[in-house]
Amino acid sequence: MVSLYLDLPTSAQEAGQAPPAKIFPPDAFIHIRPDGKIVIQVNRVEVGQGTHTALPMILADEMDADWSQVIAELAPAADVYKDPLIGVQWVGGSTAIANSFPQYRQLGARARSMLVQTAADGWRVKPEQCRTASSIVYGPGNRSARYSDLANEAARRPIPDKVALKNPSEFKLIGKPVRRLDGRAKCDGSHKFAIDLDLPGMLIALVARPPVFSGKVRRFDDKEARAVPGVRDVFEYPLVKGSAVAVVADKFWIAKQARDRLKVDWDSDGIEHADSSRLFAQYKELAKTPGGVAVKRGDETAIDRIPESQRIVVEFEFPYLAHAPMEPLSLAVRFDGDSAEAWVPAQLPTWEQAATAEVLGLAPEQVKFNVLFAGGSFGRRGLVDSHLVREAAAIAKRVRGRPVKLIFTREDDMRSGYYRPMFAHRVEVGIGSDGAPLAWRHVVVGQSFVKGTGVAMEAVLVKNGVDKLAVEGSSDSPYDIPNVDLTAHHPTVNVPVLSHRSVGYGHNSFVRETLIEELADRAKTDPITYRLRLLNKDAYKFRAVLTLLNEKASWRTGLPAGHAVGYACNQYNNTACACAVELSIVNGRPKIHRVTVTVHCGLAVNPLTVESQFQGGIGFGLTQVMPRGAVTLKEGRVEQGNFDRYAPPYIADAPTDIDVHIVQSTEPPTGVGEAPVPIIAPAVVNALYHLTGKRYRSLPLVAL
Amino acid sequence: MVRGLLLLLFVGACIVMSRSAFSSNHFKRQSKSDGLVAWQQVYSVLISPRCINCHTATNYPQQGDDRHRHFANVIRGPEGKGVPGLNCVSCHQSANADSTGVPGGHNWHLAPLSMRWQDEDDQPLSSAVVCHSLTDRTRNGGLNASGLLKHNEEEPLVLWAWNPGRRQNGAMRTLPPLTHAEFVTATRQWIDAGMPCPR
Amino acid sequence: MATYQLNVNGQRKQVDVDPSTPLLWVLREELKMTGTKYGCGISVCGACTVHLDGVATRSCVVPISLLGNRRIVTIEGIGSDPVGRIVQEAWVEKDVVQCGYCQSGQIMSACALLKANPKPTDDNIEESMGGNLCRCAAYVRIRQAIKDASKHLA
Repeated sequence: MVSLYLDLPTSAQEAGQAPPAKIFPPDAFIHIRPDGKIVIQVNRVEVGQGTHTALPMILADEMDADWSQVIAELAPAADVYKDPLIGVQWVGGSTAIANSFPQYRQLGARARSMLVQTAADGWRVKPEQCRTASSIVYGPGNRSARYSDLANEAARRPIPDKVALKNPSEFKLIGKPVRRLDGRAKCDGSHKFAIDLDLPGMLIALVARPPVFSGKVRRFDDKEARAVPGVRDVFEYPLVKGSAVAVVADKFWIAKQARDRLKVDWDSDGIEHADSSRLFAQYKELAKTPGGVAVKRGDETAIDRIPESQRIVVEFEFPYLAHAPMEPLSLAVRFDGDSAEAWVPAQLPTWEQAATAEVLGLAPEQVKFNVLFAGGSFGRRGLVDSHLVREAAAIAKRVRGRPVKLIFTREDDMRSGYYRPMFAHRVEVGIGSDGAPLAWRHVVVGQSFVKGTGVAMEAVLVKNGVDKLAVEGSSDSPYDIPNVDLTAHHPTVNVPVLSHRSVGYGHNSFVRETLIEELADRAKTDPITYRLRLLNKDAYKFRAVLTLLNEKASWRTGLPAGHAVGYACNQYNNTACACAVELSIVNGRPKIHRVTVTVHCGLAVNPLTVESQFQGGIGFGLTQVMPRGAVTLKEGRVEQGNFDRYAPPYIADAPTDIDVHIVQSTEPPTGVGEAPVPIIAPAVVNALYHLTGKRYRSLPLVAL
Repeated sequence: MVRGLLLLLFVGACIVMSRSAFSSNHFKRQSKSDGLVAWQQVYSVLISPRCINCHTATNYPQQGDDRHRHFANVIRGPEGKGVPGLNCVSCHQSANADSTGVPGGHNWHLAPLSMRWQDEDDQPLSSAVVCHSLTDRTRNGGLNASGLLKHNEEEPLVLWAWNPGRRQNGAMRTLPPLTHAEFVTATRQWIDAGMPCPR
Repeated sequence: MATYQLNVNGQRKQVDVDPSTPLLWVLREELKMTGTKYGCGISVCGACTVHLDGVATRSCVVPISLLGNRRIVTIEGIGSDPVGRIVQEAWVEKDVVQCGYCQSGQIMSACALLKANPKPTDDNIEESMGGNLCRCAAYVRIRQAIKDASKHLA
């Protein structure tokens, strides 16, 4: 197998210096520079989740590299950077550490082995007589050699088949709190995101998009737009569905002024004008009938034999959610006829490279695809239909010869679709005489962003017409319920939808964890105790986090008047977590005083990252309960456009204190980017019930 | 005796002339009922969004014709000018910024709480309550009748209400229900009537 | 188009732009200073915060025509200020950033707070930082970093 290795110049490489030595071509991953700097390529884009530090830590530890000399670099699009389990280069699903932990260990260990072999051969000693520390090989006597001096020779060695990995007791970085490699640059203005890209001759493109999804341009009048000095071109181009008008100009503000003067007559005929109220009414009706089967366990008629007094029927509503990363969408492409170059903060680099090539009529190898840092993503930049590169490529094709940076204004970003779909749930629970749920009949209604797309993962994810990503949280409930009937409907709606941080758990776990606590309340049992009792015997990580929570949230007894506590737990891709939330009501809003959260993520590669992802993920998950935490459509038009009307938590809305406790474990590491997101909304709602006796089944919490 | 008459005439003329310092158009005192009508006109301006949005009873301003709470958690601060890091002037400049949709004027800040024209539920206070508030010199910044008139006539932030600038979508902010000239006239009429307040 | 003389981080700069151009875009595109970020364009998020004559200001809504001769300090220059340097070090020490996109604005707002009030209470912090949005919700560490910086201020 030949791997394509793209030899990127490193950012600080000075002219005239010897090029950095590459360890084991054609694989990339490690460059040892003559000055001792070690550049480690990270196979996934950094969107804030911390892989840009954690993955290099893993490699540097096995390599015994001097951490102070390590520089992390985003790998470009290339097959060699693919996720070893998923088989494609991507970031998502909290898989980076779980899937690349063994891989990066191997890379580091192999590099070390080759360096040691080189030194040992030079000294005519055995490798076993050498040891390594901080980028130096030490041999018998007082011999030592720096990695940077050995690198060129080492790079010519054959790559060993098998290498010994460190015993975890030898880890120097893995498992330790290590500050981010990209931290300082993000504090002094020097760090560059995709939107900061500046290239010689670069032009800016802003796009006038159809007000109703899938709409197209009937005609447009660009006379006034073109009159703005600095405007280069105005033209229609195709979207994945429908069409739009691009304005290309020298600078952002010029493009914006021109676009403001553009008059477009949109054709929205014959397309669905999605409307949130109408959709909820339809979904509610649909939820009364069974859909495609996700889980059928036990006796599906058992629930009908349970007396009504022991049954509850609950309906839930969840709106569309916007990702709204702080950095609005932007990317750049240059088309030169027989080649092209792209600069994209892509979650799926090789996929997008291929899509870019397709639009430009090139082969993927003819597109040099650079991956840039993203100011947040939460899934928005992980595109099944690659719409962003398709648009940017179409614009670059027309402009030809100059790089074009396509920028979405905040309004463009927020109105561009690709939301977390809206969902309706209907759950009937039959409660046994012991207070435990005996039967659970559950219908989930909401769009699938996979079903019908024909992508490779559809075959894996969609069974019986049910998209796993729409029912996870319900389908993999950790609670022992003997009779379960879980089905789903996936309506087709003219609103593009996408994966959103924690995907199906965001709504399913809300349903599950509020209902479970409702049952605990009915049984007059402490909610943690109730959950522990109900847990499936295999749910050992849930057990561990709930048990630890019981210990760490000892503050939950003896709360002052006007304060209450609520709980929730969840597991995302093998990382379990549980939280207790203390809140009161201040000025008609929930005021969260503290959150104690416990997490089982196997070996925590970087406890600082785990803590930050949990503090942040909980804050992010709070968006769902904010009064303006919803995207709504009225007669086809998105009603929100900016953070004034889609308002995520600010500092006063977020918990003042979030203490994170990691279960000590030596199990393989599992990812943490998404695990915390689904637990905060149900815990808040559960606490509100304990405080006021009122239950909330619809998000967001517009008024208490 | 002629001198006495002349003195009387002179004093009378002074009275007439000093009247016209208040009301160039009216040299006769307004009736109380006319004054109350004039006050209602003044009140209608005071409780219109361009004015009342900064005369709140809370620790935040309002914005928009629907008078919703100002976004981004901006707050009053100890002097009605916001807090370090988030002052009124962090966004509001000395003139309207039409290209970016932010209104502006000289010394943009909140009216002090003593000059609130709404309650803590953001509901406008009644005409009677606002009238009493406006005429209470311990609450209105020590203004007497002529001070009030001058304020309504010349104060930059008051004048701003009739030049409120454009939103980002290009739409001009809605104006108060009277023109500025009408507002000043109504103020004068009310003052001429002795600043009567409704019950 | 008009010509403007600017004082940015103590240096004189000259730009030729349309008077309506927001200061944010003058900094980013004319002066190539991309540390100040575009997050919303309507002053609701704070990512564009700079200091004008020491006052924290949201540059996305200030047209260059209204700048006057106010001195501009950006994230690229705040490190030369003793308070700025302490704040940046606290931000690194506490490992505050996640994606980092909002943090230029967070730091500039925090500096304005700490310059006015070196010993802020929790309420002071919440009020002054109350309009700076962080989608990654790094707020817990933002609070910690401000308190840490405060300890190092007289």
